[in-house]
Amino acid sequence: MNALLDVVLVAGLLALALHVARARDDQGAIVGFIAFGFLLGLGWVRLASIDVALTEAAIGGGVTGLLLLRVEAHTRDSSAPDRTARPITIAAAAVLCIAVTAGLAFVILNLPSPPPTQAPAAAAALDATGLENPVTAVLLAYRALDTLLEKVVLILALVGVWSLAPDHLWGGAPELRPAVVPEPLSYLARVLPPFGVLIAVYMFWVGADAPGGTFQAGTILAAMWLLVMLAGLRAAPDTRRVTLRLLLIVGPAVFLAVGFLGFAMAGGFLAYPAGAAKPIILGIEAALTLSIAVTLGMLVSGPSKRAPTS
Amino acid sequence: MTGFVDAFTVLAVGSGAIFFLAGTLGLLRFPDTLSRLHALSKADNLGLGLIVIGLLPHATSVSAGLKLACVWLLAQLSAATASQLIAGVARNRRPRA
Amino acid sequence: MPDFLTGAAVFILVVTGLGLFRVLRSQVAVERMMAVQLLGTGGAAVILLLGTATASDALTDVALLLMLLSAFSCAAFTLGQSSSATATERAEEKP
Repeated sequence: MNALLDVVLVAGLLALALHVARARDDQGAIVGFIAFGFLLGLGWVRLASIDVALTEAAIGGGVTGLLLLRVEAHTRDSSAPDRTARPITIAAAAVLCIAVTAGLAFVILNLPSPPPTQAPAAAAALDATGLENPVTAVLLAYRALDTLLEKVVLILALVGVWSLAPDHLWGGAPELRPAVVPEPLSYLARVLPPFGVLIAVYMFWVGADAPGGTFQAGTILAAMWLLVMLAGLRAAPDTRRVTLRLLLIVGPAVFLAVGFLGFAMAGGFLAYPAGAAKPIILGIEAALTLSIAVTLGMLVSGPSKRAPTS
Repeated sequence: MTGFVDAFTVLAVGSGAIFFLAGTLGLLRFPDTLSRLHALSKADNLGLGLIVIGLLPHATSVSAGLKLACVWLLAQLSAATASQLIAGVARNRRPRA
Repeated sequence: MPDFLTGAAVFILVVTGLGLFRVLRSQVAVERMMAVQLLGTGGAAVILLLGTATASDALTDVALLLMLLSAFSCAAFTLGQSSSATATERAEEKP
């Protein structure tokens, strides 16, 4: 029965991918892509990677869709004529995609069986961290440096987006509210965020011992914040506001501070003192969740569209 | 006792699956957008509700059962607002199209 | 029991997939937005069934997240749709 489920899932994913590639208009392609994200989440569930399934559902099903839609609306307004790609561009894209797919297929089919794995080592060292979810242990203990750099990259991406604002709007607020807000949307923006915040806090808390964690929690918070801004219940903040900028960097800053303290307390960058690993990791995660939420929310909101209020 | 619980689950999950089938049939066969929307939001939600009821006896703890119920509550909220939003867009368009 | 639940999951996945393709291939742009809603509900049902079949509680969290975000995406889509609708109507009125 499980084999049948996998066959159906893979067939659905392939058909959906083809549909997205062949879609005639951008909005149709974006809807297909969101659906693809949801289905891919199911695929990760079948592969028993529930952490990844949660991230895929949150990022692929939620925030990316809004980001793509805003990009689509923006390009539609500014460059209406001549947006169809030339045949040679399409052919080049097709060749590149096929090359990537073939390369991936070659690598995966040639993996030794059983494939090399660090999983037993990761599970064996789990006790020292005080955590029970090996994924969180990898992200915030064994490979904490990678995670730190990732969060810094996220902020760099935001700086890139902000720098698209023209000079006279620099420091101003992005505009998300549409001209007309349908009533069901303002209802949703009032009712859904309390649920969302509760689920985000739960996701963050449970992440130490079960699938979940900072990134999922941060993404949910970002989605709820975006919903409130979309419905116009709260305007987006000025990008030059000090509290906003402090919130953006608090996660990486706490992470870095803990990293340097590691020299003094445990003899190395990002080393945690024995026995105190879990509270330290939870502290870092709490700060990171806030920063991720604010960064993703501002990333999707885009560059400033209004002059700063003085 | 387990036999009784299992029979209950089979009944509830089975009828839930049938409602999903009904939703898709409505989606495939109904003549216009609003009735298709109606088929989707009503039948699928009832299906999900029945499946949640069928799975409740198998929940490992009270909190797991509460979470199951929460999924359904969220589905109610989400389906109600989403179909209002979609129907609003459909209605704004129709007179002019 | 796990076999029955997985079977029900396969059935719902197939049925949802059929509906999904009907909706995605629709000529009416509004109908395509139903895809998110359809897959949110169907996907949640499949995940809950699989979660009970394999006795993994964490899957309920995935279903919870899926439901929460399908409402969010659907809202985002209707917004994009209404603004593009007015845009195309304006374009249609011009000539």
